[in-house]
Amino acid sequence: MKKIWAWGALFFGILYFTLPLVGMTNFSLKMRRGEYSFEAYARVFGDPRFQETFTYSVTQALFTIVFGVLLVVPTAYWIRLKLPGLRPYVEFVTLLPLVIPAIVIVFGYIRLYNTSSWLPLTGSAFGTNILLMFGYATLALPYMYRAVDTGLRTIDVATLTEAAQSLGAGWTTILARIILPNVLVAVLSGAFLTFAIVIGEFTMAALLNRPAFGPYMQLLGANRAYEPAALAVIAFGITWGCLGLIQLVSRFQKSAPPKA
Amino acid sequence: MSTAHISARSPARRLPLHWLGILPFAAFVTLFLILPTMKIVVGAFQTPDGSFTLDNIQGLFTPSILAAYWISIKISVASALLGCLAGFAISAAVVFGGLPRGIRGPLLTFSGVASNFAGVPLAFAFLATLGPVGIVNVFLRSELGVDLRALGFNILSFWGLTITYLFFQIPLMILIITPALDGLKREWREAASILGATGFQYWRMVAFPILLPSILGTLALLFANAFGAVATAIALTGSSLSIVPILLFAQIRGDVLGNPHLGYALAFGMIVVTGVANAIYIWLRARSERWLK
Repeated sequence: MKKIWAWGALFFGILYFTLPLVGMTNFSLKMRRGEYSFEAYARVFGDPRFQETFTYSVTQALFTIVFGVLLVVPTAYWIRLKLPGLRPYVEFVTLLPLVIPAIVIVFGYIRLYNTSSWLPLTGSAFGTNILLMFGYATLALPYMYRAVDTGLRTIDVATLTEAAQSLGAGWTTILARIILPNVLVAVLSGAFLTFAIVIGEFTMAALLNRPAFGPYMQLLGANRAYEPAALAVIAFGITWGCLGLIQLVSRFQKSAPPKA
Repeated sequence: MSTAHISARSPARRLPLHWLGILPFAAFVTLFLILPTMKIVVGAFQTPDGSFTLDNIQGLFTPSILAAYWISIKISVASALLGCLAGFAISAAVVFGGLPRGIRGPLLTFSGVASNFAGVPLAFAFLATLGPVGIVNVFLRSELGVDLRALGFNILSFWGLTITYLFFQIPLMILIITPALDGLKREWREAASILGATGFQYWRMVAFPILLPSILGTLALLFANAFGAVATAIALTGSSLSIVPILLFAQIRGDVLGNPHLGYALAFGMIVVTGVANAIYIWLRARSERWLK
């Protein structure tokens, strides 16, 4: 009796989750009448707008990751080492982007950094790109900070720092050659998640008028029939690929006992 | 080096250095998270020339905006409730249902992917499935002669959006509730059955009360999750369904409300709703952690 219910629940779940995936894949292959083909994919990949927006989003994602690592790793390290009393507050702040909707944050950007303000970031394309990168870094902050903080928990920050210092290392050397390699797995999983977030992000890029992949997908969805399904398959593949890579790098993590 | 020597010089040197370490982070968070949010909150209580007013907040209570909030809240509640229910059922099936152990790993991995698969592509996936020429519709029409459209189902509607949101709500529930279900100790069940409790009594009087804070907390989280979702809704419905995020999006794009500061109030209202839901989540989660360690 119990088993029937369990199988029933599982069956329902599998049905609900596979149908849309099957639906979009099936639809994306049916561009030519009466036969299955990769026509829609060929159209998508051949579209110069696709190449432009995809390249733009990948570039933004890479810059966001570099900026995020440079911001989060030293901060998390410093707080563990010198300011443990601040940990709960910093953790609270890093979780705020999950509470405040992205659309509200970007609304604030537009009002705060418009052309007539003290820091007119939206005045130029370059400035807007920078602003968008900061916005992405904010969206990724909860995931990035958590990943790095968890990674730091598995190593003895204080001992490593003292050892490095007594051998004459400066702060840059300590961070780049001692701390970063030790939390590399955590940083990488944060990076892949950031990548997945940035590639699919729509709201911020659309409202800041940047030619990113998310707004392109939305525009294509409003005007075409088959290409959007192909794009959805590609986007799902990217998300799947990023999370698969997280699993893969996590496997390389030494299973050291966590130190609180 | 004597201890007196260290303590004599350390207070002077230590303080400034410590704070400098998190200065970049503090500056970034202030400039790109706190200040923009404050701008919205303060703007909600200002007139265009900068003096204090409650008119904007009052402006939220016009029928069209109230209707937008109401339908947003209804969709969020419906997708959170159904997501909780379905996620709990699937999670319980895997943890207690006697299903093969091999299912568990793939299920959790897939949940991780699906809970991140929101936004524009998700809308496309559902259009290709439940839309007018989606596979489910085509199948029902050609094989069974059932026309969903004629029965009143439309993907660009309240239920269409709710069903679509479930695609990221159910996995999120599974991800959060599975560890909680694992935390139910076997000894509790054994103790209950020794005292003569039936399976139903064990669930009603032991397991369910322990799980309740987790379930309600996750419900609040799912609610906030659905309430802030913009991209899926816009890609799915264009602007035909007037929910709060879509209204705010249109307002930022081109002042559709005719009063820029009403936009601030609209955004402020969103922060209040998601903020309250998240506060409930955090509070209940702290309570549930007493038991489930």
